[in-house]
Amino acid sequence: MSTIGYENWAVDLANVGAIYPFQGWEIPMTIVGVVFWLAWHRIQFKRESADLEEAGKLADKEKVAEIIDRY
Amino acid sequence: MNGNLDALTTIFTEFYYWVTVVFMFLIHVGFCMYEVAASRRRNHMHTLMKNVMIIPLVTVTFFFFGWWIYWAFPSFPFGGLNFGAGTANLPWADTMSTNLGDHITGVFWAAFLLFSWTAASIVSGSVIERIRSSALWVHAVLIGSVFWIIDAAWGWHPEGWMVKFLGYHDAYASGVIHAIAGGYALGVLVVLGPRIGKFAADGTPRDIPPHNPWLVTIGLFLIYTGFWGFYAACNVPVISPEVIGGQITGTTWTATNIYLAPTTLSAITFNFLMSLSGGLMAAYVISKGDAFWTFSGGLAGIITASAGNDLYHPIQAMIIAAVGVVIAYKMHYWVERRFKIDDAVGAVAVHGYAGFVGVVIAGFVLWGAPSSPYEGYAAINPLGQLAGAIIMFGVLGFLPAFIVSKIQQSMGVLRIPKEIELQGLDCAEHQAYEDAVHAIGEADKAQLNNA
Repeated sequence: MSTIGYENWAVDLANVGAIYPFQGWEIPMTIVGVVFWLAWHRIQFKRESADLEEAGKLADKEKVAEIIDRY
Repeated sequence: MNGNLDALTTIFTEFYYWVTVVFMFLIHVGFCMYEVAASRRRNHMHTLMKNVMIIPLVTVTFFFFGWWIYWAFPSFPFGGLNFGAGTANLPWADTMSTNLGDHITGVFWAAFLLFSWTAASIVSGSVIERIRSSALWVHAVLIGSVFWIIDAAWGWHPEGWMVKFLGYHDAYASGVIHAIAGGYALGVLVVLGPRIGKFAADGTPRDIPPHNPWLVTIGLFLIYTGFWGFYAACNVPVISPEVIGGQITGTTWTATNIYLAPTTLSAITFNFLMSLSGGLMAAYVISKGDAFWTFSGGLAGIITASAGNDLYHPIQAMIIAAVGVVIAYKMHYWVERRFKIDDAVGAVAVHGYAGFVGVVIAGFVLWGAPSSPYEGYAAINPLGQLAGAIIMFGVLGFLPAFIVSKIQQSMGVLRIPKEIELQGLDCAEHQAYEDAVHAIGEADKAQLNNA
């Protein structure tokens, strides 16, 4: 058994196409990939909201003025 | 060369490797920038020179004996040394010179040599600001011209015993470059100890931030760029089944990996980019947006997927990269806290742990796939890959580094004195610089007054 569908290279390469593992699972793999991508956005929105809220609490007029002056 | 087609193929192959070598030079440029950026101002010049001198030292030793090791050692110690293949790659062989009958040896040697620089440079970054340059340069020669090339002969050669008997598969060097260099760095770090101030009295680690995050960024981006060349250099660009001489039938020419098994440049381009992306995304999340770890995570992602990036589907490459990055990041901080290891640039994690994990994962995902186009070789399998990862990281990486570092320590030549570490390695140069600035300023003013 081989995950790529070939147990040896005793083949004519003219007749060989895809050689990646788990052929036939492309759609489930795509779903996993899309979930990974969307989950990333979800995590970032939540985390950024928390970060911005935290940063807002630190705001102090004098410090902000210093930051503006520092450019 | 017989006939125009052979001549064209040879010249194309020669030019192909030459281009990869030029690209891979950017890896070293990136490592130099990264190391200088990560060091504090009082250590810049020594940090830079420590890494730059890796280039000539590894180059000459790789010419003298490193390249011979690659050709002589594939069966050793289970078979004898291959003196036949080795002889053509000795420094006094006419193929190792200007020779109109051999267009390939020079560029192929150079491609491997640039891998050697990389292995040594990985170690160099982790030990900045307290190792003696002389000690590091001995390690550079050992990792660059001895230990990594032994592992390449064993696990990255069409006739390597690890490929034959273990079914070891590591197409773009998760193990043969990265795991061994990470393991080697760890072996040195264990003996060398942390920088002054890295750990508080209660053992809590302190962050020593890079003095210039932008230089870190450019350095890492240059390493990415050079890594493209590295990937291409790991392939044979075009070869016929007849020349391979294995089981492949028919007359269709192909690109191959280092084991002469078929793949395509297109496949590895897909997988390079998807594993870079998976690594960046995972690292951004796990490090909470830390720039240093995010960029390093892109690299660690590629490194994790590299063992099987000749065969993976791009989505597999992306997910494997993300998994490797999370493990490497968590391992870095666990080892730092548990064993008080000060790895200044995270090299052990990014290269060592990610490389190790990548080799092991490939054993599962590529289980049963042929490791070679030749008959009688073991198929790729999890146990063979695990054994291979241990050999790379532990046996050829950590162990020799630990032993040599212990010897250097006992001789008092491993670490700089404490007072020098505090004042900075560049203190004398800084003083000379200030004196020179003062002297030339005074001279100019004297001329002005006399005018």
